[in-house]
Amino acid sequence: MIEYVTGLLILAGSFFCLVAALGVIRLPDPLIRMHAATKAGSLGAGLLTLAHALFYQEMGNSLRAVTLILLLLLTAPVAAHLIGRVAYRSGEPLSERTWIDELKKKTNLPP
Amino acid sequence: MSLLILNIVFAAVFTLLWDSGNIILFLSGFALGYMILWVTSPLYQDTGYFKKLPKTLNLTVYFLKELVISNLRVLWDVITPRHISRPGIIGIPLEARTDLEIFMVANLISLTPGTLSLDLSEDRKTLFVHVMFLENVEKTRADIKNGLEKRVLEVMRS
Repeated sequence: MIEYVTGLLILAGSFFCLVAALGVIRLPDPLIRMHAATKAGSLGAGLLTLAHALFYQEMGNSLRAVTLILLLLLTAPVAAHLIGRVAYRSGEPLSERTWIDELKKKTNLPP
Repeated sequence: MSLLILNIVFAAVFTLLWDSGNIILFLSGFALGYMILWVTSPLYQDTGYFKKLPKTLNLTVYFLKELVISNLRVLWDVITPRHISRPGIIGIPLEARTDLEIFMVANLISLTPGTLSLDLSEDRKTLFVHVMFLENVEKTRADIKNGLEKRVLEVMRS
């Protein structure tokens, strides 16, 4: 039973990691790429870690897994925020589908 | 706060009493300790702990639900050839004031798929968020304010 659950978690986790990687290549602008890289990436890595903790049910492994997931959830958004902010401020063109930009009105940054 | 530490110590002791410890034992120890503390709660002065924990759980469940459901939309946009995204950047008026509150709100917004915290205004009152599937500005703004920010502040301020 536990093997099947672990297998499913590993498959789902690797699938989300794959989607994150594909997203970084395929999506139109840096900000949207960050969406794929943070969310799908941390969900995928989180699922893989969870599978590991479930398979080796020991205190050390479980604690390591919990720490890993917490670290992922704390650091991934900070990195994405900074990369996105730098991309925006350095004037990377946004995708032409972007239809509203309230940040542009508020700040007088160079375009 | 001291009750939380007491509760964790209780869970740790509970786990150590078994010959093989795992996280499930620790969690059941935590739950048992929580019940014992709750039964004896008239003995302690600060009772905020018993309101805070259910709210934290509420936030966690809400967050996990959002994380899984809306990941599927990002997924769909990545694997299908046509792009369905309608990106936009909107400002969200913040009620969070301290550094930690703003950090929590911004971080959780970044982690919920479809939204990414981009910048904070100079006066720390508006958080600019990049939304991947933006259909209705007012509705999205209200969703984030009443869904995520309200729950985070409930946890931080109770």
